[in-house]
Amino acid sequence: MAEVLVEARTCPVTGLRVVKHAENLIKVNAVFAVLALLFGTIGAILIALTRWEAIHLLPTDLFYRMLTFHGMNMLVFWIVFFEGAGLVFASTIVLNARQVAPKLGYLAVILMILGFLLTNFIILTGDVNETAVMFTAYVPLKAHPLFYLGYILFAVGALIMCILFFLNVYNAKREGTYEGPVPLFTYGIAAAAVIAVFTLVHGALALGSAFLWSLGIIEVVDASLYRLLFWGFGHPAQQINLAAMVSVWYLLSYFTVGGVTPSEKVSRTAFLLYVLFINAGSAHHLLVDPGFGAPWKIFNTSYVIYMAVLASLIHCFAIPASAEIGQRKRGFNKGLFTWLIKAPWSNPAFSAFFISLVIFGFIGGASGVIMGVEQINMKLHNTLGVPGHFHGTVAAGTSLAFMGLAYYVVPLIFRREWLSKFWARIQPFLFGGGLFLMAVSMNTLGRLGIPRRVWETSALVVPYKELLQATLGIGAVVAFLGALVFILHTVLTIIFGKRVEGKPKFPEVVQVSNPDEKTSTPGTIVLAIIFFLYLAIMYTINWYWLSRVWEVR
Amino acid sequence: MAINKPNEVYWEEKVGFSEKAWVLLSIVACIVMFMVMVAWAIAGKQNPPNEAYRVSIPSFAERAEAFIEKYKVDEENGIPVVEAPEDEDSYLIARMFYFSPVLILKQNQTYRIRVSSLDVQHGLSIQPVNMNFQVVPGYEYVLTIKPTEKGEFLIVCNEYCGLAHHVMKGKIIVK
Amino acid sequence: MREKKPVPLIQLLYDDIFLMLLLGLIVPALTYTIWGLIEIISKKVLP
Ligand code: HEM
Ligand SMILES: [Cu+2]
Ligand SMILES: [Cu+2]
Repeated sequence: MAEVLVEARTCPVTGLRVVKHAENLIKVNAVFAVLALLFGTIGAILIALTRWEAIHLLPTDLFYRMLTFHGMNMLVFWIVFFEGAGLVFASTIVLNARQVAPKLGYLAVILMILGFLLTNFIILTGDVNETAVMFTAYVPLKAHPLFYLGYILFAVGALIMCILFFLNVYNAKREGTYEGPVPLFTYGIAAAAVIAVFTLVHGALALGSAFLWSLGIIEVVDASLYRLLFWGFGHPAQQINLAAMVSVWYLLSYFTVGGVTPSEKVSRTAFLLYVLFINAGSAHHLLVDPGFGAPWKIFNTSYVIYMAVLASLIHCFAIPASAEIGQRKRGFNKGLFTWLIKAPWSNPAFSAFFISLVIFGFIGGASGVIMGVEQINMKLHNTLGVPGHFHGTVAAGTSLAFMGLAYYVVPLIFRREWLSKFWARIQPFLFGGGLFLMAVSMNTLGRLGIPRRVWETSALVVPYKELLQATLGIGAVVAFLGALVFILHTVLTIIFGKRVEGKPKFPEVVQVSNPDEKTSTPGTIVLAIIFFLYLAIMYTINWYWLSRVWEVR
Repeated sequence: MAINKPNEVYWEEKVGFSEKAWVLLSIVACIVMFMVMVAWAIAGKQNPPNEAYRVSIPSFAERAEAFIEKYKVDEENGIPVVEAPEDEDSYLIARMFYFSPVLILKQNQTYRIRVSSLDVQHGLSIQPVNMNFQVVPGYEYVLTIKPTEKGEFLIVCNEYCGLAHHVMKGKIIVK
Repeated sequence: MREKKPVPLIQLLYDDIFLMLLLGLIVPALTYTIWGLIEIISKKVLP
């Protein structure tokens, strides 16, 4: 076994060896993730208060500019920076391995930061006709070349991070620091990294060709081809989040209540199904496109006979089950739901974990399965139902799960004690609760025909429009406060927080004496059946609604 | 656990009964949902149209203008109003920032409407029925459509197409 | 110490992250990207 000398310390809580370069990379990624979240959050409140037409805050061009700003910073920058940190953590510290080619790692991060700065600069200062093009920048709506360039630099940096992940795993095996099956968390992050490679290659192709076109080097980019390639990037990018978020859920259930998955084999199968089939779901965006026929649409939108939905349903059982197992082993063993009621709701990592799980399933997952049906998509394509769906998945789901993890990252990696337990405790409820209200309002407005990405809708007469716009706006304000509390609290803690000596005091990391023992999970069975019935009912209602519209083929 | 090494041969750990049952139920649900989608594609009355062509923008514009010229009955705010013929294909142009022409259709009559864009991508959203299609320049989408209710229907653009995106409208009248 | 049980082949395949990378690129590239390209190219061109 080759002994490699690397600078490292041992984490007093998890016993893991934290290597220096990995720690630095994680820190830089985390800092920029929070910065992007701040930008996205400022954009969020401005556009939300414009979509609430009783307030109608922004003028037209500023609205479209801010919509682009919000989409880019949230969906692309905040999420991918955070995932960059996850990739490093899962492939080095968890595997007790060193960071391979740390210089390349720093180069990757620098590229990402350059891309982040360049794109934001041009979105904020460029000619609005060339920069308010949305994060989708559909050809032939032409953006400023620097917009594409920033996007591409960021994507290339992220791709290098993914390649380093695989090199780290390979190296850990070669140097013998790690042998046998990798931990479930790393397995899930590996799935995310595989999806990311597919994603980023498509992104480079789509944006690269648009970049050359914007410079006049190539004459045309076919609009359908761009859509195919762009969504080979835009949609799987969200599946990276999904795999990463599920991995974080497993991790948080372990940290907060000592949870273990009921079955390694089944949970890993679910991740494999993601890897193989979830990227076909890119077709969700092309279901009412002229460029593609029904067999292609149906085969792909169903993730090849719903194999990726099967995977999500597996996690939908395994994750609450893992929390239930942990709780029951800790003695909360009475009845069906004592484990849930007596769960550590005052630990923000737990509440973030569980709230994001529930909203992801009931709002994001269910609406996603439904609007991914080829025919039903005719009723939802480009309506406000689409942002309604993804604020359930990527905002309340992924982002909140990542925030939950951050409650450990700050004391364990940045080594600072949180300034305020109070703000930490209520933050997940604000962010999750606000987004829940906003997403439900958006979903309803979308089903009534209100489009996404519009500055005003006065021509559309829709029942309860004013009311639903108000609940959208109120939900947005609450979520905004939740995001702001998170950002300020994190930044202030990193700057002013007391240094952690030994073990951090808050939040608690549960130590179970018998980590591998498993119990039965009757409560989870009931929860899963409730979810199943809810999904079946929503699915059926939406088919009924579709059957009421004009005939078309 | 999630960050610790699993059992060296985790494959041989038993899967609990309830999880097995859940996975089985899920597989059945997945197959059923897939079959429903296929069945609807064969026998259902509302399916995203399958007929589309690649086309140059001038070719589409020329045919669309000729169609409007031939069947125009009126004008409304500068937009031609056209009575769609029953035995010939109709045309609908999307461009920054309006749809043209206003189409007059008959209830329960089937029409073939050829839709495309003369500039960027747009969204064809018929309200309040709430049916939505993507309009892509360079592609002619043939919607074979049968309006089943009478009235005036608004078309709004629901794909961002520029700073006046939200004013982009059109109209379908069903008699 | 217990004697090590042999690891079943299927688990070895599961555990191979690089096999995962390979399949995770090939399968969606075929079903989504390549088939999608064929769909676009095979559209009839109107004069
Ligand atoms: C602070 C809480 C948030 C609020 C109040 C909020 C609000 C909104 C609103 C009102 C829209 C505009 C919908 C439209 O007009 O089409 C929007 C769009 C969007 N949001 Fe959020 N959001 C929040 C958090 C997030 C997060 C955390 C993410 C992702 C990680 C996210 C991703 C997006 C994306 C991708 C869009 C679409 C932009 C586009 O259409 O180009 N949002 N959001
Ligand atoms: Cu338009
Ligand atoms: Cu538009």
